[in-house]
Amino acid sequence: MYSYDYLWLIPFFPLLGAIINGFLGKKIKSEKVIGGLGTLAIAGSFAVSCFYFFQLLNDPQKVHQQVIGSWMSVGRLQVDWGFLLDPLSALMILIVSGVGSLIHLYSIGYMHGEEGFYRFFSYLNLFCFSMLMLVLGNNALVMFIGWEGVGLCSYLLIGYYFHKKSAGDAAKKAFVVNRVGDFGFLLGLFLLFWTLGSDHGVWTLNFVEIAANAHLLGAGSAVVTIVTLCFFIGATGKSAQIPLYTWLPDAMEGPTPVSALIHAATMVTAGVYMIGRMNVLFFMAPSTMMVVAIVGAATALFAATIGLAQNDIKRVLAYSTVSQLGYMFLAMGVGAFTAGIFHLMTHAFFKACLFLGSGSVIHAMHHGLHHAHSHDDPQDMRNMGGLRKKMPITYITFLVSAIAIAGIPGFSAFFSKDEILWFAFASPQGSPWLWAVGACAAGLTAFYMFRLVHMTFHGAQRTAAKARDHIHESPLVITIPLMVLGLLAVVGGYVGIPHVIGNALGHIPNYLDNFLHPVFGATQAQAHGAASTEVSLMVVSVALAVIGILLASWMYLWQPELPGKFVANFKGAYRTIHNKWYVDEIYDAMFINPTKRLGTFLWKGFDVQVIDGIVNGTGKVINAFSKGLRFTQSGFVHNYAMTMVVGMVVIVAFFLFR
Amino acid sequence: MELLFFYLVALIAVISGFLVVKCQSPVNSAISLVMTFFCLAVFYVMLHAPFMAAIQILVYAGAIMVLILFVIMLLNLGAEANKRYAHSVAGGALAGVVVLLMVFYFLRQGEATGMKGPISTELIAQIGHTELIGRTMLTDFLLPFEIASILLLVAIVGAIVLAKKEV
Amino acid sequence: MSPTVYHYLTLSAILFSMGTIGVLTRRNAIVIFMCIELMLNAVNLSFIALSRHLGNLDGQIFVFFVMAVAAAEAAVGLALMITFFRNRESIEVDDINLLKW
Repeated sequence: MYSYDYLWLIPFFPLLGAIINGFLGKKIKSEKVIGGLGTLAIAGSFAVSCFYFFQLLNDPQKVHQQVIGSWMSVGRLQVDWGFLLDPLSALMILIVSGVGSLIHLYSIGYMHGEEGFYRFFSYLNLFCFSMLMLVLGNNALVMFIGWEGVGLCSYLLIGYYFHKKSAGDAAKKAFVVNRVGDFGFLLGLFLLFWTLGSDHGVWTLNFVEIAANAHLLGAGSAVVTIVTLCFFIGATGKSAQIPLYTWLPDAMEGPTPVSALIHAATMVTAGVYMIGRMNVLFFMAPSTMMVVAIVGAATALFAATIGLAQNDIKRVLAYSTVSQLGYMFLAMGVGAFTAGIFHLMTHAFFKACLFLGSGSVIHAMHHGLHHAHSHDDPQDMRNMGGLRKKMPITYITFLVSAIAIAGIPGFSAFFSKDEILWFAFASPQGSPWLWAVGACAAGLTAFYMFRLVHMTFHGAQRTAAKARDHIHESPLVITIPLMVLGLLAVVGGYVGIPHVIGNALGHIPNYLDNFLHPVFGATQAQAHGAASTEVSLMVVSVALAVIGILLASWMYLWQPELPGKFVANFKGAYRTIHNKWYVDEIYDAMFINPTKRLGTFLWKGFDVQVIDGIVNGTGKVINAFSKGLRFTQSGFVHNYAMTMVVGMVVIVAFFLFR
Repeated sequence: MELLFFYLVALIAVISGFLVVKCQSPVNSAISLVMTFFCLAVFYVMLHAPFMAAIQILVYAGAIMVLILFVIMLLNLGAEANKRYAHSVAGGALAGVVVLLMVFYFLRQGEATGMKGPISTELIAQIGHTELIGRTMLTDFLLPFEIASILLLVAIVGAIVLAKKEV
Repeated sequence: MSPTVYHYLTLSAILFSMGTIGVLTRRNAIVIFMCIELMLNAVNLSFIALSRHLGNLDGQIFVFFVMAVAAAEAAVGLALMITFFRNRESIEVDDINLLKW
């Protein structure tokens, strides 16, 4: 039989790397050793993950648990350090450790010469450890450790350039907004544990047992709806959905590999994974599913509109990430769990590639601007342009990924996105409206991605003349991950070819669907519709994408003066989008400023006046008393003797006359 | 007859006690105190406690008072300055009188029950007071007795350490 | 007629009060010390009187310990006075007032 005794090695390697780099990195000094160690640690996880993944492929039994020890045992609460390997977590560890390895490798080149190089790799490894714990944990508390761990690492890495105020603020913002979500997650967890335990006698946090006993709660009951809504709040925080998405664009203050790994490929998908892990519960709560789907669709469209008018190359990608995460939630909401996970996977490939490509560009720009002593922003696309010839490898991989995200047939995102859109249209929970919103967002996605490509790589060079000559292709250590991820962005989609295409091409099965069937089989929604409808919907969405691409090319390549006119004509609309619909300002006015005012009131009004008043008043009263009383300490023996005698007389008199 | 003798000795004891408090010169006070001790020793004899009378004279009148006199003469102390004397006489005297009145009241209120223990005049005459004391001391009160000896040892060491010129 | 226990206790009370007055009014440390001895002896007298009255030797044993403590006190107290006299050329207790506010 197959054995799964070494599952713990998967999170252990990065933890070891984090500890070694964190504690000894300052002494090691050599960047090659530190970077090599960090990369090797996560590559080791990747190797073990691959081994178990392929073992699981052949294993007829698909769910395995390994418990390495008891964590806590309090009354009926029994929590183990346990790992769960099923197709879902196997896929996730493969993505996390695979993309993680490539990004570690990339970081060696990108972070070269940065202060605190060892710190970066230590955090990065710690992040991988937390993320792997998150996806491998067999109970909700181990998952929660990972959940909080990735939040912490995200905070540490966004604030990596902590001497910059904006970076520190962004890190705090990410952490605080995430806390809001985490609070929801915890509430849901408590409610689930307590309801299952006190009402049905099943005291457990284990995912397998929860899934097996979830039916006790009753499908559609209020409890299940509330629990899943709480979980969804947690997911919106971690995965940057409306209304808690505002931290993700700001998180781009971190180094680019961090944005690629944490804020595109892995951590932000934790919410999607969590819903997938809890799919039995969500399946039983149709109202929550509807909320998830609507929020997902709304986020997809909303973030895409903001992405249209951003000039910072990483911010465009950040809003794109929010938008794509919206797609995943849309998929989860309409019951297309497989499609959501599928999009999660393809998104990890192409978005990581896009981020790393942008990192490569920023790296080169920074280098060039540095040589020219220019203070232009190396991330602003208005300073780029025509980089195609300077950086061919980056250009090609970036273009491939952009085509993939736009949803052009043959590239990975086409398969996943169209499956999502098809389910949004045809699943029992879906509706044409959801499809329409998703398709619109797809068109917008194509538009802003190609706007990005054109402004960066095509057209005239807008970089200061002095800096131009110093811009050149990044070293191999950066371009190799780009090439691998670019390749994956193309072929990654072929594991999940939709049935309608598979049938047309000659009975190619949907491998991913079959692989994930043990997890989602019972809860996966079935799309009802004719193959012809599906094909026509595909054609429509592809057409929208092509229109988006052509529009972008027209506006930014062939008629470069058009955007200016456009902005001049629609000033109000442009300003609103450019300022991100003023959501940050609204949040400031609604939540942050009142909280600040309350804090100031409590500080100046309550704390200073009342609390300090009580404390100081106590001191003052005692001081006044002792000022009077100290004169009794005359230092004369007679006074003391007299006091003694008086005391004695009083005591004896008390006993005598009472 | 015996009562008359008691009153006589008591009068001497009170007068000499008064002199202890009253005398300006510490030497006079000390001599008066020795007188009081002798009177008390007489009372102890009257109370059929001859051993206590003996050590009253040996320890108090002999050892302690001699020590006090040594110190007085060593320090060559004269009478204390008069101006400082009457500083708090009124308060001190008042307190003393209050104590006295309270004890008198106490004596009048209470009643000595006279629960008779085993020790009678005949027993003392037959066995001897010293032997009775010694027996009790070395049986029932052995531990306090030993502790008292340690206390005295500590006092000796302490006195030497304190009075030594250079540490 | 022989004196009763009340006679002895009354005498003891008078001596004790006189000792108290002495402690509270005199300033010479040695005189104060002697007044304390006077108070101790007054107590000793009542101990022995009551011991006799109750027919029990325990009171006399207690007197014995009081004497031991008085002896120790005399040794240490007089040593303190000598030390103090060396520093201050005086044993007036009014000069010992360093322990004030």
